[in-house]
Amino acid sequence: MLRYALKRGLSLLLSLAVASLVIFFVIEVAPGDPASFMLGINAEPDTVAALRAELGLDQSKAQRYLAWIGGMVTGDFGMSYTYRTPVAGMIADRMWVSLPLALYALALSTLIAFPAGIYAAARRGKAGDMAVMGATQLGVAVPNFWFAMILVLIFAINLRWFGAGGFAGWDKGFGTAIHSLTLPAIALALPQAAILARVMRSALLDILGEDFMRTARAKGLTRRQALWRHGLRNAMIPVLTIIGLQFSFLLAGAIIIEQVFFLPGLGRLVFQAISSRDLIVVESVVMILVFAVISVNFLVDLTYALVDPRLRSRT
Amino acid sequence: MSRNLLLGTVLSSLVVLAALVSFFWTPFDHTAMDIPAKLQRPNGLHWLGTDHFGRDIFSMIMVGARTSIAVALVAVGIGMGIGIPLGLTAAAQQGSWLDEVIMRANDLVFAFPSLVIAILITAIFGAGAVNAIIAIGIFNIPVFARITRGAALSLWAREFILAARVSGKGAARISAEHILPNVANLLIVQGTIQFSLGILAEAGLSYVGLGAQPPTPSWGRMLADAQTMVSFAPHLALIPGSAIILTVLGLNLMGDGLRDWLDPKLRVSR
Repeated sequence: MLRYALKRGLSLLLSLAVASLVIFFVIEVAPGDPASFMLGINAEPDTVAALRAELGLDQSKAQRYLAWIGGMVTGDFGMSYTYRTPVAGMIADRMWVSLPLALYALALSTLIAFPAGIYAAARRGKAGDMAVMGATQLGVAVPNFWFAMILVLIFAINLRWFGAGGFAGWDKGFGTAIHSLTLPAIALALPQAAILARVMRSALLDILGEDFMRTARAKGLTRRQALWRHGLRNAMIPVLTIIGLQFSFLLAGAIIIEQVFFLPGLGRLVFQAISSRDLIVVESVVMILVFAVISVNFLVDLTYALVDPRLRSRT
Repeated sequence: MSRNLLLGTVLSSLVVLAALVSFFWTPFDHTAMDIPAKLQRPNGLHWLGTDHFGRDIFSMIMVGARTSIAVALVAVGIGMGIGIPLGLTAAAQQGSWLDEVIMRANDLVFAFPSLVIAILITAIFGAGAVNAIIAIGIFNIPVFARITRGAALSLWAREFILAARVSGKGAARISAEHILPNVANLLIVQGTIQFSLGILAEAGLSYVGLGAQPPTPSWGRMLADAQTMVSFAPHLALIPGSAIILTVLGLNLMGDGLRDWLDPKLRVSR
């Protein structure tokens, strides 16, 4: 298990290093000099040069890459070109909205998808299965931001159960903060739940045909007992893969949903940064998102090994 | 032909038809403003109503279908055009350094959700439909590379491939003549799925302003415009949303139906 974890850990570090190189050099080729942009078109060349030195823009690309990545590791993401405040602080503030939103949505999606998928698999071919599959077919086709608008129309504007947007803040209490994240989380979760339920159902159906399931039934377990004791655990590999993938989609999807609900998360930060050409903020947010995706996939790989001991010895 | 395939094909064809017809006919000029007629509900004259500038929504939906289809189709083309050769090469050279490099590069691209790629591209070149196509296209490459490699690997172990090798054919020729035709079905099915995901992604990108720019009509931007007016003119949000849902639903049903139709084994097991 340790060797497996070490091997995966090494590949995680390598992926992060290559991803950071790609992001750095993509942003590097962006036209326009941040210093001239910050000072405007009437700035004196000396002033621009001084600011370039202050921002470290006069150093070589390699030096700047190393400084950027070294700073990231120690939590210093540099200074925002437009706000003149540390990027790390800005991202940390926004993270307190985006991350809980993604986790909330993931929890909702799992809570909906597991029972739905198990129910459909247990009633394969019957009316219940058809109904669940029909609903998921529709769920997969719904754009989450459109669904968010419809939720606002029904639950915020007509029923007034929720606010139409904005975030109360964690200092107003956990309940209030969660309340303001509920509609966005539902909007994010439902389309993902549809996908997850389909995966859960088909993974279970694959397992139900296996010999060990027949053995479980033969030794006297009921269909339901066999499903719970032997089926679910074995169906978890594909399900975990999808949950891992979904977390990254949820984080990225949160960026769009934040626009619908005017939530002060990473999404709004990055769009403001794009329009003000605050490239260091764009660079850092993108790196954080990619870091999240790669790390979650790493964790999923480790969980595989916990769920399925055969995978540990295979490496 | 299954019910899914029939329904999916009908829905998808309707959207494609609307897009094609819009090149030479729409009920109104989709850019023509008519302020006195603004925010009308669906009626005899304006079948799907009008927006806040009095533009005919039915015409905008028809022209918007062009944008959606064009972006998603070209993005699938990019994914297939680059991903399939990569997957075939990786499978043909299984276990070699080339296979390793291709698959690790795939993993790397996979770590960038299409929205993140779009953010990067927009930060450099600015927003636009072409950049949306590139972002979604790049995202599609590893999808096709993985599927092609996975399916091709199992074929390389088969006897008819061995026979081809014995007869003196090289890896490239075997890939083109024997592997590709045998994985084509799988790729067509995946193509419809990526096409529908592309429609959703295009709508999302346009909605946040990273996709098609005015005056190019797009369903995502119609929804962005509708957002502030949804309380008094819900049809502005309901209609483009329904267009997206029906298109994606149609493509998904077609994909599912095609998979069952092309692979009779699945009809029994699922």
